[in-house]
Order: sequence, then C-alpha cells, then structure tokens
Amino acid sequence: MQRGGVSMSEVAIRVANLSKRYRIGLGAYGAFRYKTLRDVLTEVAYAPFRRLRGTSRREVRNPDSEHIWALKDVSLEVQQGEVLGIIGRNGAGKTTLLKILSRVTEPTSGYAEIRGRVGSLLEVGTGFHPELTGRENIYLNGAILGMKRAEIQRKFDEIVGFAELEKFIDTPVKRYSSGMYMRLAFSVAAHLESEILLVDEVLAVGDASFQKKCLGKMGDAAREGRTVLFVSHNMTAVRSLCSNCSLLEGGHLAFSGSVGECIDRYLSEFGGDNPSEVYTESLPRPSVVADTSLRILRVKLDTGNRQAMVRSAQPLVVEMGFRSSRPLADVVFGITVDSVDNIRILDCRSTDTFTPIRELLPGRYSIRCAIEQNILAPGLYRLSVGARCASKGLEYLPHVLTFEVQEVDRYESLWLEVPSGFVRVRSNWSSPEEA
Amino acid sequence: MRAADSLPRVVIRPRSRWVPVNLRDLWEYRELLYFLTWRDVKVRYKQTLLGVAWAVLQPVLTMVVFSVFFGRLARIPSDNLPYPVFAFCGLLPWQMFSRALTDASMSLVQQERIIAKVYFPRLLVPISAVLASLVDFAVAFVLLIGMMLWYRIAPTPAAFTLPLFILLALATACGVSFWLSALAVQYRDVRFALSFLTQIWLFATPVVYPSSLVPTSLRPYYGLNPMSGVVEAFRWALLGKGQPPGPMLWVSVAVVAVMFVGGLLYFRRMESTFADVI
Repeated sequence: MQRGGVSMSEVAIRVANLSKRYRIGLGAYGAFRYKTLRDVLTEVAYAPFRRLRGTSRREVRNPDSEHIWALKDVSLEVQQGEVLGIIGRNGAGKTTLLKILSRVTEPTSGYAEIRGRVGSLLEVGTGFHPELTGRENIYLNGAILGMKRAEIQRKFDEIVGFAELEKFIDTPVKRYSSGMYMRLAFSVAAHLESEILLVDEVLAVGDASFQKKCLGKMGDAAREGRTVLFVSHNMTAVRSLCSNCSLLEGGHLAFSGSVGECIDRYLSEFGGDNPSEVYTESLPRPSVVADTSLRILRVKLDTGNRQAMVRSAQPLVVEMGFRSSRPLADVVFGITVDSVDNIRILDCRSTDTFTPIRELLPGRYSIRCAIEQNILAPGLYRLSVGARCASKGLEYLPHVLTFEVQEVDRYESLWLEVPSGFVRVRSNWSSPEEA
Repeated sequence: MRAADSLPRVVIRPRSRWVPVNLRDLWEYRELLYFLTWRDVKVRYKQTLLGVAWAVLQPVLTMVVFSVFFGRLARIPSDNLPYPVFAFCGLLPWQMFSRALTDASMSLVQQERIIAKVYFPRLLVPISAVLASLVDFAVAFVLLIGMMLWYRIAPTPAAFTLPLFILLALATACGVSFWLSALAVQYRDVRFALSFLTQIWLFATPVVYPSSLVPTSLRPYYGLNPMSGVVEAFRWALLGKGQPPGPMLWVSVAVVAVMFVGGLLYFRRMESTFADVI
C-alpha cells in the first residue's frame, strides 16, 4: 500500500489487557430487570457487612446478576499510519473495543493509550435532528464529532458536494430519503480531520454506489497516512484497505497479523453461511429425473475448508460422489454455474474431456470437474449438477450449492476499481500513440 | 500531519470513584455547547402553530389564572401592587427555572443516541438545556416591560443587579439537574418525581404570594430555597416593593454552591456508566 509521507514508527494506539464486563441480568430466572429501589436498599443495607469482609460493591457476587466479558485481556499496538482491520463474528467485541477507544464507555480493567485526535464513526448521522435543515445538521453533527465551527465552514461546500445535495441543503432533514440522509451523514463524518479514525461497519448501509464512495474516502484516509481501525464484515474491503488485521473471538484476541491469514482463519471457522459440501441423497429431485438408477450422494466445492468461498486465482473444483444401481450407457455429467439472478454463465460437460462413458457398472464413484481460475468475476453464484444418458436425464440437482468468488489481486489497490461483469478476461492494450 | 510530540495524548483506564471535572475537555468542546443550545432553541417551537408566541403565552395564561383564583377569589395580598404584574414578575424567573430544571433533568435520557455513540463531555448536555431556557425568558421579559409600562411602574436602579439573580436561578437549575439527570439515566422514576417536585417547589417560592406572608419563625428555613431569594429580588429590583435581599441571600448562595458542586461530583462519578446503562 502506497502511503504519502514518511511512515513514523510511532505507536498511535497501545492497548494493554483491556477488558470490559457487562451486567446482563438482574433478576430471578436470568431475566433482565432494571435496578429497583429494593435492590438499592439491599445494597445499602449490606454495605457495612461488605466492608468488614473487604469486598467492594463492584465485586459482590450478587446471585441474581450475570456478567459477560465483552472483551478480555485484549492487547495490541497500532503504529501511526497503519490501517488495522478488526474482524470477527457478531458479538466478538469489535464494537466494544471501538467504544472504549472512543471514550464512549469505560474499560473494566486494562489500559489504552492514544496519541492523536480520534474521530470515530460508530454510526452515521449521530445527532442529526429531523427538524433542522441539512445545512444546520452539518454544523451540529460536525460539532458533535469534534470539528470546530471554522473547520466546518471551511469544508462546507466540499461536504455538500460529496453528498450531492446542493439543491436540498436547506430542507429539513426529515424530508430526505434514507439515501440522502446517509449520504449527508457520511459526508460530514468523512471530512473529519483527525489523526486516528475508528470506523465501525458504517459502510454496511446504503446502496452499492454509496458504498463505493465510502470505501474511496477510506482509501484516501489511508493514503494520507492516517491511522485507521476498520471494523467490517466485508472481507473484500478489508483485504483492499487494510495493512494488518486482528481477529476477535468471544472477547479475546484470537489472531493478529497479515490480512490474508487473518481472513482465512476467520472464514475457515465462521465465514458465510454457505457450506462447501452438501449431502444430496435425500434431496427432492425435479420431475425431469426419471428414476433413481443414478444418484448423486454429495456435491463438494474444493475450497480447503468448510466454507464455499474460492479466490478468483484458484481453480473451481467440483467433486461429486454418486452411486449407480444398474448398468448405464453413454453417461455424461455436467455442471452449470448461474448468477444469483439465474443467468446461465457456465455450462460444462464431461464431454469436454472424454467421450460419454460407454458403460457405467453399478457401484459407488466420485468424479471431479476443474474449471480454470480467473474466469469468474467476484460475486455470488449458484452451482447446479446433473447427469444424463443417451435417452433421458439421470440426475439433476438445480442450485445445489451457492458459492462466492473473492477477489484477491488488487486492481489500483481499491475494491471499487474492480471491473464489472460475470467473466474475467485478460485484454491486451497498446499504449496510446499519436494518431 | 502534526509532528509526533505535538499530538494530544489520552490515557484510558478504569477510573476511581471520584473524578474531578475535566476543565480542559470542557474548554475544548465549548463550541459544542453553543451548538447544542442553539439546536434546543431552534427546535423548540418548530412546526408549532404559535411558534415563539408560546414563550409568552405560558406565563401570560398562568398569570391570568392566578390573578383570577389567587388574586381575586382568594384575595391573596400582593404588596400593594396590581396582582397581575405582581404575579407575572414572579412567574418570569420561576418559569425559566422550572423549564430549565425539567428539560435539563431529562436531557441525558432524551439524547441517549448520541451519548451511546460519540464521546464529548456529558456535562454539556444538561448545561445546554438550562441555557436554552434563557430564550423563553428573554421573550417573556419583553412582555413584562410592556406590563410595567401599562401599569406605570418604573424599575428601580437596582434592576442592574438582575443578571446576578438570573445567574443564581440558572446555577440552581444546573446544580439540581446534575443530580437528577445522572439519576434519570439509571432510574426513570425521575421523570415522575420531577413534575411533582416542581409543583411543590412552586408553592414553596413566593410566586403566588408575597414573602411577607411567611411568619418570621419560618423565615430561616424559607431562605434555604434559592428561588425565593431570586423571586423576591426580581420584585424588589423591578417593581420596587418588598425587602431587598438580606442575609438569607447568602444562605441561598451557600445552598446553591453545595448543590452545584455536589451535583458535579456525582455526575462525573456516574458519567462513565452512562453509555452502558442508558
């Protein structure tokens, strides 16, 4: 990642054994109950006894309350100019970490040291008041985020321009569409000039073009040499923006290091809802399947782990296990790849490699199909498999597997530069010449 | 990009019980105080039919009701002043105080969204709510001048001391609201207690009746209510009737000081839990 200016190996953020505990229940049967007068009186009444035993109020084991550790002994160091991705499942503690570093909430134990001003985007549109106009909200929101009035004034036109709301800037915000609202909110936040930026999945909202804009701005921040902590579920964005990555799991720091390794670790455990292997014996078949003489038992996408995610630089390997119950003649296998909108993209037959199998004896078999890498563009796809013989269709499993192709190589170092379309080809360009 | 050594350095760790007020932080965020106050004022009467007229209507209508029931029917004495202006002069600082107290006490709870998401010194929230009440006061004050002209009552030179008493009223509102707003985050009871509290407080303050009605034996306790000093002073400075503030004023000031400092400390102590509990 190219970065402007000299990167100083100064530590911008140092976190040591940071922990945060939340009280999650105060009532019988584990149900949450707000603290009432009775609880207060009980606490007060027992205070002298607690003092004798030397326990402080915070440590008293109230049998009614439950605690969870949202963060436990997290330690990290972020250098100035580093862009650190923080990933993990929902509930892993990512937002809690950012909240503590933003000083919104206090740690239960541990310590963090921050060098530089902090701008935090835990949510866009914080403090927007629906009755005020866009103009007024820019000032209000900017002030809440920590910008000085003169600074907001200076950047005002830029902010309005980025949000593309020149015509609506003097209308009350409650009249805005949700898209306009988001654009304005993000625009204000994007113009924060702090040395450190804490970003929490704000980019997850909004339409595709808005998200591209947001990522572009994030990229700018990174290029300017600012320190960024980026919490996201969007692995592609993390891969393209971040120089390092940390994985949080259940409040603990599970891994910290290179982006690729971190994401792989995350994905191999938790990424996505698409399993790479499906057992298909008992799945219903469409009516085109005549009988059960050939049955595909399992379909597997060879990704090396349990998730159906392949890198674009990896060949697409589909493995099928099947059994046949009687001799079959002239058998051909096929797989098709459709987009999520059911547009047929690829159609591969076993006849690409060998002639139809003249005689397939009863038994259990497995067969593999490998499709070249760097053909499919990043995105979600649906795999269908089938088999036929000369006279009829033997097997058909439409959309048996959904898989994702992920971009690895960075074009222009930002995801938003990735070309559109389903198919990736290499084109050859000649340099411009004087005509 | 600033040089490394000129960057502000912040250490975050669990704080001990009693936390001092971070004056540098408050200064750093002073512009936000302006914006929060400005927002409260702007939004107050938006999309209402009567708009800012409400700032005048509230004291006026109250005055009319009081004049009818307390002035005429109950015949409460009014220091030889026409009851309407007597009541209005007392209502002015009272309604400012009461509004400030109510708004500020619920301010943290009402703004839980920003409190849970962004850092800024939380003290600014109740303070801005208190300051916003000055606007209503200013509008109604103009009406008071009008009434004084109508009844041909001239203000005394002591009117120049009014800002001090306004400050006392605001300080009382701040002090009490520091306690109440911090409590309201944990215990929503505060909302219900507030309307009850302000009603009782109204009758403990000489708004409806003159303070000369209070027997001398009860006077010392009466002085504990800072608002009684404020209302008396308003009447004395503007209308020329009643006692100039005496030694009881110092008792009031002392009460306010204790309330204010205590409120600050309690607020600061509870501040770290706001985002978690709100």
